[in-house]
Amino acid sequence: MSNEHSMRRVTAIRNGTVIDHIPHGQALRVLEMLGIIGLTSVPVSLVMNVPSKKIGAKDIIKVEDRELTQGELDRLALVAPDARVAIIRAYSVAEKLTINLGDEVTNVVRCIMSNCITANLREPLPHRLKVVSKDPLELRCHYCGRPQDLDELANNVL
Amino acid sequence: MAGLITMDDLTNEEILNILDDAERLLPVAKGKMYLPLLQGRILGNLFFEPSTRTRMSFETAMKRLGGDVVNLGDVKTSSVVKGETLFDTIQMVDGYTDIIAMRHPRQGAAQYAQDSASVPILNGGDGAGHHPTQTMLDLFTIRQAHGKLDGLKVVMAGDLRYGRTVHSLSHALNRFGCELIFASPELLKMPTEIISDLNAHGAKITETEDLYSMITDADVVYMTRIQKERFSDEDEYTRCAGAYKLHADHLADVKANMIIMHPLPRVDEIDPSVDSTRHARYFEQAFNGVVARMALLCKLLGVAIPEDLEKVGGEL
Repeated sequence: MSNEHSMRRVTAIRNGTVIDHIPHGQALRVLEMLGIIGLTSVPVSLVMNVPSKKIGAKDIIKVEDRELTQGELDRLALVAPDARVAIIRAYSVAEKLTINLGDEVTNVVRCIMSNCITANLREPLPHRLKVVSKDPLELRCHYCGRPQDLDELANNVL
Repeated sequence: MAGLITMDDLTNEEILNILDDAERLLPVAKGKMYLPLLQGRILGNLFFEPSTRTRMSFETAMKRLGGDVVNLGDVKTSSVVKGETLFDTIQMVDGYTDIIAMRHPRQGAAQYAQDSASVPILNGGDGAGHHPTQTMLDLFTIRQAHGKLDGLKVVMAGDLRYGRTVHSLSHALNRFGCELIFASPELLKMPTEIISDLNAHGAKITETEDLYSMITDADVVYMTRIQKERFSDEDEYTRCAGAYKLHADHLADVKANMIIMHPLPRVDEIDPSVDSTRHARYFEQAFNGVVARMALLCKLLGVAIPEDLEKVGGEL
């Protein structure tokens, strides 16, 4: 099945954001990480487990009337670092955004360990997670060294 | 080097050099020689949770080398109870002192302090995280007894889950090719992330609940206290407390040069009958905290220890 065909499983959007090439099964986690859960004011379309020449199978999300910010892209990098993000305006791709997962994720999420010094939110230094491995993604807190559970991290978005 | 937060901040060569320095400073630590290498320098002792040996040995180390010490004092009477952040406390003490030794109940606090400070931080324990200055004195004690660090068989027993001393020590000993045996109740096993880190670095590890059968061919038995203060559940503590109680009777078949260590304080995990055996080394170990910390203070303050101490040092 072609990519074009899989994209047509949901209708084109007039304005908003398309997130393509999400690893299959990760779309719900992406939505959680972006804070698009429960009652939202914008229409969201979701396609899961569609065939992809590049990654075998993938998920796709379309969010109408909302353009992802750089902060949201940084969060996306934690669950779908190879996703492709396009900003749609008037049914056309107006911008292609790049996700950059560097060596460190700063002030995007806070460490999952309840006894970490950063759990005191009054402490002013940045929340820093080191990227130990990109594939599979492995993060550790810069301060306490605790490996981060990616499922738990979704609850610690700043 | 900036500070000492974890043992990863030191190479094996640096560790051995610091142990050599500590060896040479023994007469100073014992009060047999006056060597004011750190005269005019001030150590800030910031202990946000209770400490006897670590705080006192840092203070002794600094004073034996002619330096001075300022203490945070009781946390209950400091600005911490008024809600001061660690960042603000460090900003203040950073201006008062040349180096800071700290202990804090939260993990990562020492790294956080180092990122906030311009002076070196010596991590004297951060929650259940790391305790590298304890590791240095432990390594000093082991090398003093066995003449080497590499290739030894070391049993660590007790609270391996929350015991920060065994976390730091196991990493260091693994780097010297020691075989590690972790004996603990199921609830207090070494954290999985530490086991996987050690395995990733080619560690030889055995995990067991049976301490007593593991000590016969050990070179070092490192006992730890089951720490009541780390348990949120009283029932869990009760189930684990008293899991091991090493008695002189257990030592009949051990190696002649095996040593028993303990970071202290002990509760009942080492029976007093062990104290008078040739294996007991925990009180010397506590003393070694002074000499190891003297060497670390010099290293972090960039003060070289003269080659010929006899010529430089004076009599007391």
